[in-house]
Amino acid sequence: MTTVIVIAIYLGLLLGLALFSKTLFRGTSKDYFVASHSIGPFMLLMSVFGTTMTAFALVGSTGKAFERGIGTYGLMASSSGLIHAACFLVIGIKLWAIGKRYGYVTQIQYFRARFESKALGYLLFPILVLLVIPYLLIGIIGAGKTIAGVTGAKLKPNGEMIAPGVFPEWTDNGAIPPWFTGLIISAVVLTYIFAGGSRAAAWANTFQTLVFMVMGVLAFYLISDRLGGLNAAIEQAKESHKVRTLSEGGEVGVSPLTFLSYMFIPLSVGMFPHLFQHWLTAKSAKSFKLTVIAHPICIAIVWVPCVLIGVWATGIFPAATPSGAILAKTVGVLVKDPIIVGLVTAGVLAAIMSSLDSQFLCLGTMFTNDIVLHRAKKEYSDQQILLMARGFIVAIVVVTYIMALLLYDRSVFDLAVWCFSGFAALTPLVLAALYWKRATKIGAYACIIAVFISWITFFAMSGFGGEFFVFGGIVPAAVMWFVGAAAMILGSILSQAPSNETIKKFF
Amino acid sequence: MNKKGLISIVFLVLVVLHQDFWNWDNAKLVFGFMPVGLFYHACYSLVAALFWAFVMQVAWPSELEKWADAESDQGKGEIK
Repeated sequence: MTTVIVIAIYLGLLLGLALFSKTLFRGTSKDYFVASHSIGPFMLLMSVFGTTMTAFALVGSTGKAFERGIGTYGLMASSSGLIHAACFLVIGIKLWAIGKRYGYVTQIQYFRARFESKALGYLLFPILVLLVIPYLLIGIIGAGKTIAGVTGAKLKPNGEMIAPGVFPEWTDNGAIPPWFTGLIISAVVLTYIFAGGSRAAAWANTFQTLVFMVMGVLAFYLISDRLGGLNAAIEQAKESHKVRTLSEGGEVGVSPLTFLSYMFIPLSVGMFPHLFQHWLTAKSAKSFKLTVIAHPICIAIVWVPCVLIGVWATGIFPAATPSGAILAKTVGVLVKDPIIVGLVTAGVLAAIMSSLDSQFLCLGTMFTNDIVLHRAKKEYSDQQILLMARGFIVAIVVVTYIMALLLYDRSVFDLAVWCFSGFAALTPLVLAALYWKRATKIGAYACIIAVFISWITFFAMSGFGGEFFVFGGIVPAAVMWFVGAAAMILGSILSQAPSNETIKKFF
Repeated sequence: MNKKGLISIVFLVLVVLHQDFWNWDNAKLVFGFMPVGLFYHACYSLVAALFWAFVMQVAWPSELEKWADAESDQGKGEIK
């Protein structure tokens, strides 16, 4: 019960911070959507990093390392250190400049103007929403699995009970059920983004990012201590997980082809709508410098301990243990102090909520600006605009919540990779828009449609969210990226060039 | 060679170095607790940070900031 109280206090603190950030809220839609371009370097780093690190980073990376071994770090973390920063520099800063100069708050506003097509927004909007939904799902599923793991009955690998669950009268193993966790997490995030929009999200993200980084390191120290120190912890782990060699059945390790093609997946940050919105909150272009440089180091601080914990867990739990529960189970079984368990769990929830808030916010921003206001014949007040944004966010949260309960058993890592793959495959669209004067409306349509069809096809072939490779180990994101790029090039070459006015405006 | 060319080449070298096929089957432990394949990639993250610090130093797009702040003759976008 102490663990639950610690988590509840953390959530209360977060709501307190939201009330504080509300006092800074200027009451305008511009402040709600992009914090009036006022966020400095440190908060930009924390909010961008906190947004990109979600259940995927803590729950997913630990679980994937438990399944596949140390290759998990190279698959996503070290490659992201290189590719994410490249996207911030090559795409982020330029979009920030364009957004600031012309007053755009969503990607779609920019694409509509750049490609001289209002209808493009109606095509892109549902696709972006569809791709964000798996990202939201992993947050709610990851939170449910984490809380269920730490509050459920503690069992030895042979099934013998070490300690009963926190609420034995509520569920079979005494754990807080996922439907309740999902409800609470969604309600807390909704409360603070409704209170202060982008500014509240930036404050909450800064606080939560610091919390999950500190708690991740604390969990790493305590778990290694309980296992007899760093050397003893790695000694008891399975040898197969200390290398990247692919096992005979392919369950452990990574193939070189998969490892190489995974480098396409971090490109997704170039097209994340919620990151676009975070970029626009920056006070100046210089605010990006710290984000670009420190991002790879922040990733290492979070991912190295998580991957090691996942590898150590191979010596503790049977291979059949659900990967999504590994972090929570390791903390729950080894770190018995309920206050510490509560703090570490709060850290995991912090990582999850620091992504959910930006995603919720960006969906509301897109709906309001790209769909409702885009063709509006009458002027809306700031209050009406905020009401519409909030209404759409609530609708998406309800849909996501129901889907999270239905897809609860899916792998957090694999679902995230599907989301990232779709966004990564759309990066030819933004790269062409920014750097290729000859990129046209037809090229943009061709790119979006080709990526969407290929994504849906591969997603269905994977069994709607499972791990899936093509051509003997290539991730679908790599194939889809080339499909998207080819469609963009062909469509542009075969159609009329953009007007001189548009080229003058953006180049 | 200009700055952008040099940065692009170093970037491609880093992409190749990311593949470290020579560590694939190496089960050695660094400092007695860190599998070498993981240690290499942790160091790689630090090298990536140094690389981006270098890029910030030599190729910062300062003209973009001026452009963003300049009065636009095309008017503001659709934000209300």
